Amino acid sequence: MTLKDAFERGEFVVTSEVGPPKGIDIAEMMHAAENMKSRVHAVNVTDNQAAVMRLSTIAACIHLKQAGLEPVLQVTGRDRNRLAIQSDLLGAASFGVTTVLALTGDHVVVGDHKQAKPVFDLDSVQILDAVAALNAGTDLMGNDLKGAPEIFAGAVVTPDSNPIRPQLAKFDKKVRAGAKYFQTQAVYDKDSFLRFMEHARCRGAKVLAGIVVLRSARMARFMNKNIPGIAVPPELINELEASKEPEATGIEIAARFIRDTRDACDGVHIMAVGAEHLVPKVLDAAGIGEVGQ
Amino acid sequence: MIVLRLKPIADIRSMVERHARVLVVGCNTCAAVSLAGGETEVETLVETLRLGASRSACQTEYTGAMIQRQCEPEFVDKLEAGGYDAVLSLGCGAGVAFLANTESVPVYPALDTLFIGAAKGHASWQAECSACGSCVLGETAGICPTTRCAKGIMNGPCGGVKDGRCELGDRDCAWVQIYDRLDEQGRGDDFDGLGSTKDNSVNSMTCEWDMNADSGGSK
Ligand code: SF4
Ligand code: SF4
Repeated sequence: MTLKDAFERGEFVVTSEVGPPKGIDIAEMMHAAENMKSRVHAVNVTDNQAAVMRLSTIAACIHLKQAGLEPVLQVTGRDRNRLAIQSDLLGAASFGVTTVLALTGDHVVVGDHKQAKPVFDLDSVQILDAVAALNAGTDLMGNDLKGAPEIFAGAVVTPDSNPIRPQLAKFDKKVRAGAKYFQTQAVYDKDSFLRFMEHARCRGAKVLAGIVVLRSARMARFMNKNIPGIAVPPELINELEASKEPEATGIEIAARFIRDTRDACDGVHIMAVGAEHLVPKVLDAAGIGEVGQ
Repeated sequence: MIVLRLKPIADIRSMVERHARVLVVGCNTCAAVSLAGGETEVETLVETLRLGASRSACQTEYTGAMIQRQCEPEFVDKLEAGGYDAVLSLGCGAGVAFLANTESVPVYPALDTLFIGAAKGHASWQAECSACGSCVLGETAGICPTTRCAKGIMNGPCGGVKDGRCELGDRDCAWVQIYDRLDEQGRGDDFDGLGSTKDNSVNSMTCEWDMNADSGGSK
């Protein structure tokens, strides 16, 4: 089932993600993906995540597809210009990889090739524009395609971004540019997320709440300090601090958030950040069974 | 103005010290205002290089000179570079290139050309323009997304903005500033219409600009 089908059927959608390896040994990535296969509708494949050079996202998506998983191709504007992005979108679609997540991408100076030329010829909204053009049978310049793809594109949003107004204005632009679904940055504050959902609801796009499992109070503080748009409330940090089994507490915090918000949104996107084995545990604790059952 | 910065002395030395006589030429316009290539900076650099030369085996001689603008023939023509084996320019890239075109000896840059900017205060400058050739400042409330946004994106803040600061941590987020200023000016709705893809061909295809040529005049 594609992500689009899952949304159309009105299922509570679950997605997660894997990162391609730095090198050609894909065993670990495939293992992580296989382990969550029965629990997720689709698996995002990150694109040179954090501007660190890795195996090609498209190649990784094809591997997942061949293993019977539904891949979501993350596309950033960081290191490809408009020719390359359109050409990659067509290439991926020719392999049946047609679910896409458009992102601007981290700056190259935060990654492992700091001296690379940052491209950003297209930003997230413009990548969505490119998808819309290709779906309509032309490229960005209006030249006809021989065979148009049917790409289902989404984008990201940061509900706890500060300041919030430009973030929401950009969210609206993404909807207008054709984003059919959104994955949020990790959210922890139920009320703040529900406020965001009030804004998002009337825009008509599907929203997957972003979940990052907290494994310790230290991790929570680190994310608050270093990751833009993440705000773990102090009560949760205290709860983790007081816990004898912080990982189990983190799983419970994530599951509680899912239970509390599941009626307000369309699903969850669980970013396991190297702990993919926790994905089924979070889903179990949240009372979400196997996909398609 | 064009904002410039002195290269590390070791780098300058390694470029020029194989020459016997080096003419160190300042530029009295942008480079002087940039406190990088005016008279004082030329004197200081000549002294520093001489001191280094006297302490090493290499016997390069350095002499200072000034030009009003290294990027214009009427000023460059007055430079007396005869008898020197090399020119070390304290001009911007255009100054260096123009001198290199005019002089028969090698010309080296002593400065790095950073950006087109404006003075923020004494000895401090803000990058304002990257000479992209298709200016959008009218739509972006006078704040250049190509220059002031670390990614040069066109549609609003990326996910990296943190408390109004850029994800690189070295500046305020240009897109938050653009959003706020449009709002303050009562044209907040214009934000939604921003974001056309940049026409980079203007920059790629404008290697010279001749107002006398047939194609000259305004587009
Ligand atoms: S849009 Fe282009 S011309 Fe205008 S300030 Fe920015 S870089 Fe300069
Ligand atoms: S944080 Fe703002 S200035 Fe920095 S790259 Fe993102 S949009 Fe540009």
